[in-house]
Amino acid sequence: MTALLLDVMRLRAEFRILARPVRGHPLAYLDNAATTQKPRAVLEAMTRYYEQHNANVHRGVHWLSERATEDHEAAREALRVFINAASVRELVFTRGTTESINLVAQSWGRANLKAGDEVLITHIEHHSNFVPWQIVCAQTGAVLKVAPIDERGELELTAFERLLSPRTKLVALVHVSNALGTVNPVKHIVGLAHAVGAKVLIDGAQAAPHMPIDVQELGCDFYALSAHKMYGPTGIGALWARESLLEAMPPWQGGGDMIKAVSFERTVYNDLPYRFEAGTPNVAGAVGFGAAIKWLSAVGRERVAAHEARLLAHGERRLRDVPGLRLIGTARERAGVLSFVLDGVHPHDIGTILDGEGIAVRTGHHCAMPVMERFGVPATVRASLGVYNTNDELDRLVLGLARVRELLG
Amino acid sequence: MDLRDLYRDVIVDHNRAPRNFRRLTPSDREADGFNALCGDKLTVQLTLDGDRLREVTFTGSGCAISVASASLMTERVVGLTVAEANLLVAKLQSVLTGAAVGDPAALGKLAALVGVREFPARVKCATLAWHTLAAALDGAVQSVSTE
Repeated sequence: MTALLLDVMRLRAEFRILARPVRGHPLAYLDNAATTQKPRAVLEAMTRYYEQHNANVHRGVHWLSERATEDHEAAREALRVFINAASVRELVFTRGTTESINLVAQSWGRANLKAGDEVLITHIEHHSNFVPWQIVCAQTGAVLKVAPIDERGELELTAFERLLSPRTKLVALVHVSNALGTVNPVKHIVGLAHAVGAKVLIDGAQAAPHMPIDVQELGCDFYALSAHKMYGPTGIGALWARESLLEAMPPWQGGGDMIKAVSFERTVYNDLPYRFEAGTPNVAGAVGFGAAIKWLSAVGRERVAAHEARLLAHGERRLRDVPGLRLIGTARERAGVLSFVLDGVHPHDIGTILDGEGIAVRTGHHCAMPVMERFGVPATVRASLGVYNTNDELDRLVLGLARVRELLG
Repeated sequence: MDLRDLYRDVIVDHNRAPRNFRRLTPSDREADGFNALCGDKLTVQLTLDGDRLREVTFTGSGCAISVASASLMTERVVGLTVAEANLLVAKLQSVLTGAAVGDPAALGKLAALVGVREFPARVKCATLAWHTLAAALDGAVQSVSTE
């Protein structure tokens, strides 16, 4: 077990922002599901890229362009190893999870869905794994089905199975819920979906920072993630797609870099994965993404998971002692999220009062309005954990809730 | 920044025991207001006596600021003409957003709301009920959003 212990204080020193005061208090950053902070290694890698290698990629014959291309592609290789993809040809850089899902919806979805087909999602999805399917269903005449969740915030597997049929062409579901922290049994679901011939897309935005990911082991067809939720920069993420699927998918954006030859009569598209990367890519972002992957791998994802599980258990124990507090989302398997409401106090007021104590939490519907509706609350307070959080910060959260009672009664 | 400046006694009191918090049937005008950011949802209803607001009520759920603001509003606007009420909505809006310096004392009890000026994220909470009232008075719009 000692092998799984983290030296949190040493690790915190790599994040300068964690040392800054906020509203006269030390910062307790508990909004990691929204975005994580970035370690020095990531910031330095991006600065080094701009100071030493900056150029456009896949174009120039000059020395800098070769270096920039190498940096960009090294990040892709780092990601390949990180999620155990079979080939870098299966990894498309995008702006993030949302764009990755939209890419699948608009490219694969429009080419493969027709009237009467079904897309099956779950009640717990983030709007980004909801709305793209609503859009493509409206475009193709396919029907969107939603599998229910129970009072713990777990997917109702029997109901899910009942909704699966040969009409189901795609199952799209979240690996770890951003609103409740529920970990879905994705491998099991992939098996069920494949048995009826459906493809499976997994929204991995909240899973990638918390646990090891192995796309070949999961057996899914698409996996989407974002760098900024895993200690990397904003504005970049990736779509992993099985090569045979990606090969058959039509381009979704046209432009430079995604072509081999263009004439007025016809265009020959580029090879994978560049065919899906029109325009100059976010090279510095990719470099930062690569550095974040390297950093997270060096910390060790098993160690991250063990540390966060201890934090979650401590936080849950302390919160359960707060009078009038109700945890929203009590799935047996959870990662990184403590979502709750307090009797008689609106989450927004709690957020403002905690902010006054230097404690950053998210309050609101967490881009999951159907989830809020399911639990009959307009919003929740969400404390979401990162690798640098401490029990002390969670204790401060609990003290902050006492301050809420003091102010609002 | 002092949180007591935001959560003044008047606000806490009106949040805990909102005035005129009920459905009004029948009503002459009504509108729904929605603050998508925090999920505040209010319905404002009113009856008119000619051109004057006779009764104003609200229902829904929201944070302390939005509920207290709605509660204070229902007390304040009764007896005003439609034009006077609209003028007050505009005045309050500009005071709360800091567009007008003005004398908060001239707002009477509503001055308790000016604490939101130090909390930009909360201004929309304080103005939600007032936008909704304006929509109800307008009669054309049935649903407003502060987003």
